Amino acid sequence: MTVEAATAVPSDASHEAGDNYLTHERGLKSWLITLDHKRIGILYLASVLLAFLLGGVFAILVRTELMFKGQTLMEADTYNQMFTLHGAIMVFLFIIPSIPAALGNFILPIQLGAKDVAFPRLNLASFYIYMLGTVCLVVAIVVGEVNTGWTLYAPYSIGRNVTGAGSSVLWVTLGVFIAGFSSILTGVNFMATVHKMRAPGMHWKRLPLFIWGLYATAVIQVLATPVLAITLVLLFMEHTLSIGIFDPQLGGDPVLFQHFFWFYSHPAVYIMILPGMAVVNELIATFSHRKIFGYMFIAMSSITLALLSFLVWGHHMFASGMSEYATMVFSALTFLVAIPSGVKVFNWLATLYQGSISFASPMLYALGFIALFTIGGLTGLFLGTISTDIHLHDTYFVVAHFHYVMVGGTVFGFLGGLHYWWPKMVGKMYDEKLAKISWFLVFLGFNVTFFSQFIMGSQGMPRRYYDYLDQFQPLHMTSSGGAYILAVGFLIMAYMFYKSLRSGEKAPPNPWASAGYEWMTTSPPHPHNFEETPVITRGPYDYHLCTEEELWDGFPEDFPGEKAKA
Amino acid sequence: MAHAHHGPDYLAHHFDTPKQQYEAAKIGMWIFLAQEVLFFSGLFVAYFIFRKWYPEAWSVGSHLLNWKMGTLNTAVLLLSSFTAAMAVRAAQIGDQKGVPDKDKRKFGGQAWTGHFLLLTFVFAGAFMVVKYFEYTHKFHVGTLPGQYFGCANFECTGTMSEELVEELRAAIASAHHNAGPDLVPYHLRSFFGLYFVMTGLHGIHVLIGMGLIAWIWNKNRKGEFSAEYNTPVDNVALYWHLVDLVWIYLFPLLYLID
Ligand SMILES: [Cu+2]
Repeated sequence: MTVEAATAVPSDASHEAGDNYLTHERGLKSWLITLDHKRIGILYLASVLLAFLLGGVFAILVRTELMFKGQTLMEADTYNQMFTLHGAIMVFLFIIPSIPAALGNFILPIQLGAKDVAFPRLNLASFYIYMLGTVCLVVAIVVGEVNTGWTLYAPYSIGRNVTGAGSSVLWVTLGVFIAGFSSILTGVNFMATVHKMRAPGMHWKRLPLFIWGLYATAVIQVLATPVLAITLVLLFMEHTLSIGIFDPQLGGDPVLFQHFFWFYSHPAVYIMILPGMAVVNELIATFSHRKIFGYMFIAMSSITLALLSFLVWGHHMFASGMSEYATMVFSALTFLVAIPSGVKVFNWLATLYQGSISFASPMLYALGFIALFTIGGLTGLFLGTISTDIHLHDTYFVVAHFHYVMVGGTVFGFLGGLHYWWPKMVGKMYDEKLAKISWFLVFLGFNVTFFSQFIMGSQGMPRRYYDYLDQFQPLHMTSSGGAYILAVGFLIMAYMFYKSLRSGEKAPPNPWASAGYEWMTTSPPHPHNFEETPVITRGPYDYHLCTEEELWDGFPEDFPGEKAKA
Repeated sequence: MAHAHHGPDYLAHHFDTPKQQYEAAKIGMWIFLAQEVLFFSGLFVAYFIFRKWYPEAWSVGSHLLNWKMGTLNTAVLLLSSFTAAMAVRAAQIGDQKGVPDKDKRKFGGQAWTGHFLLLTFVFAGAFMVVKYFEYTHKFHVGTLPGQYFGCANFECTGTMSEELVEELRAAIASAHHNAGPDLVPYHLRSFFGLYFVMTGLHGIHVLIGMGLIAWIWNKNRKGEFSAEYNTPVDNVALYWHLVDLVWIYLFPLLYLID
C-alpha cells in the first residue's frame, strides 16, 4: 500500500477534518437506514452481543439447575426449554453471524481497500432479515414450550402424540429459516465483494487471511444453508399438513431428517470455526510482528476445510441407523478434517517461532484459541472413531468437545477480534489491565466448566438429562462453578468496553503496529474507508517491506502502547 | 452527499467503474442461483429416495397427474425463457441512435425490451393459471398430501369421492408398477406431499419472478436501461431461466416417468 494514499490525512476537499463514519451522519434514523457496511457491522455487533447475553443467561440457568441433584431451580419441562433456547440462540443468533456479519462486515471491505461491500442494500436487508428471524424466535419463547433441542429432530418436533412441542416449534422453524436467509445473503455479498471489489494491486496472494477465511465461510453459507432451509420447509409442512416425509406414521423417514439436518449443520460448524481461525491469523501475525508462516497453506486449508465439511455429516449419526459401510466411509472422511486443521495450527506455531511476540489482550485470545481449539479438535477424533463414539455418543463428552471448538475456538476468536478491532471501530482504546483480568477469568472459567464435562461424559453422564446419579455430583458442581467464573469474566469485559466507550483514550490509526491494510486508515475510519482508493504494493504481512510511518503513523510521541516497547 | 458524481448516473458510489458494477452484479446473481439449486436439491434427494422405496406409489402417482396440462405448462415456460432472452438482447442492443435505418438490428431497443418483458410476464401468468386449474382439481377430488389424501376439499369423511376412485382405478390400470388391481398404494400420500411442496415452491418462484419482471418492465418504461446499462434485465432473466430449468426437471420426474 502506498503511504500517500493510505495515511488518509482527512482532506478538506469533501469532508470536514476529522470526519468519520460515526460523525458523518447523526441520529437514530441515519443508523437504521444506513447502507454503510461499517454501521451495519455495528448494528450486527450490538444484536449478536444481545443474543450472546440472552443465550448466556439460559446457560447459567441450565448450569444452576444442574448444580445439585434433583430439582434446584426449575421443573424438568422448563429445563428442557432452557437448554433448547440456549442452543438455538447461541447457534443461530450468536455464533453464526458473530464474526462474519458483525466483525466481517466492518473489516472485510476495509481490508480489501473497497468503499463498501458489493451490494450495500442487500447487506442492510440481511440485517433486517436476521432481526425478523430473531423476532420469530422470541415469539416461539412467548407462545409456548420449545423443548426439542436446537436440532429439532423428527418425529418429536412434528408434534403428534407429544404435548408441549406445539406451535412454538413452528415459530422456531420459521425463525431459523429466516435467519438462514440472512446468512445466505451475507455469503453471496461477501463472495461477490471479494471477487470484484479488491483495490488495485490486491491480487489473491495479497488477500489478508481473514478474508480467505471469510470467503471459505461464505462458500459454505451459500451452499449448505439452503439445504437447511428446505429441510425446515419440509418440517413445517409435515407439522401443519402431515405430508408424510419425516413422519414414520405416514411412511416418512425421520432418519432422512437427520441426514438433511446434518448436511447443513456439520458445514455450519465450519461457518462457525473458519471465521474464528480467520481472526487468529491476523492476531498471530500482528502480535508476532512478522510475516505469517505458510500463507498459501493457511489460505488453502480454509478452502479445503470448507469443501471437506460437506462430506462428513454422517459422523453425527453413527448411532442413528446407517449401513456399516456408510459409517466407515464417514469415519474415514472425518479423520481427513484433521489435516487442514493441523496445517493451520502448525503454521501459527511456526509464525510464533522467532517472532517478536507481545502478549496484548487480543494475542492472549489467539493463544487461548490455539490451545482450546487443539483440545476440541483432538477430542473430535474420539467421536469420529466409530467404536469410541458408540460409548461417548450423546454424553457430556460430546457437549464438552463442541464447546471447546465453539467457545474455546469461535468465541475466543470473536473476542480476540473484538479487542483487536475495537480501537478501529470506535476510535478509542480500552483498559488493557481489565481486559487481561477478564481474559484470565474467561479462560479459567471455560476450562473448569468444560473439562469436567469431558470427564463425566467419558464416565457415562448423558447430555441433556435433567437429573443424574450421585457419582456425578462433584463434577456437575465443578462445571457449574466454572460457569459462574466465566460469567464474572464476561461482566468485567462488558464493564471494560463500556468504560472504553465512556472515557477511553483516543486510538491512533495503528495501535498494534500491524502491517494489515485496515490499520492504514484513520480510527474510526473515514465514511468511505479510505480518502482515495488505495493502491496495494505489498502483502498484508510484509513487515519487512513496511516503512516506519506505516507501522507507527499517528502515534503521539508519548503513546503508552506498543511504540514504547519497540 | 458532498461527493461529486464520478461517472454515469447509474454507477453506484461505491464502484469505481461501470464494468466493475456489472461484473459484481452478475457474479452475485450466479452465486445466488447456486443457492437456489441447493435449495431445490433437498427435494430432489427426497424424491429419489422415496421413489426407490415406494415404486408403486410413484408409478401410480405419476398417472394421477395431468400430463397434458404439464406439457402445456412446459411449452409455456420454454416460450417465456425465449422471450426473456430476447428482452435481454433487446436491452443490450439499445436504441441505436445514429445508426442508419437499414443497419439497425431488429427487435432492439427500449420498446422491444418492454414488449418481450410483457410477453414473458404473460406466459408466466399463463403458467400459474394452468397450475391453478390443476391444483383446484386435486383439492376437489382429494389427491392431497399426507393425512389429507382421499379427503376432498380437505374434509376427511372416511370415504373417497367417486371421482377419485375413478381416477385411481384408471391410474392403477395404466401404471407400470402396481401391487395389484384395486390396491391403492399407501405411500401416494408421500408422493402428493412431495408433489405439492415441489410444485408449490416452484410456483412461489414463478410469482416472485413475475414481480421482478413487472419491476424491470416499469424501469424500462421509464427509460432507465440502455446499451451501456441493462444489468437488472440481464439478472432477472438469469433468475427466470433457473425457474424454467427447475420446471424442466420437475415435469418429467413427476408427470412422465412411470
Ligand atoms: Cu460434524
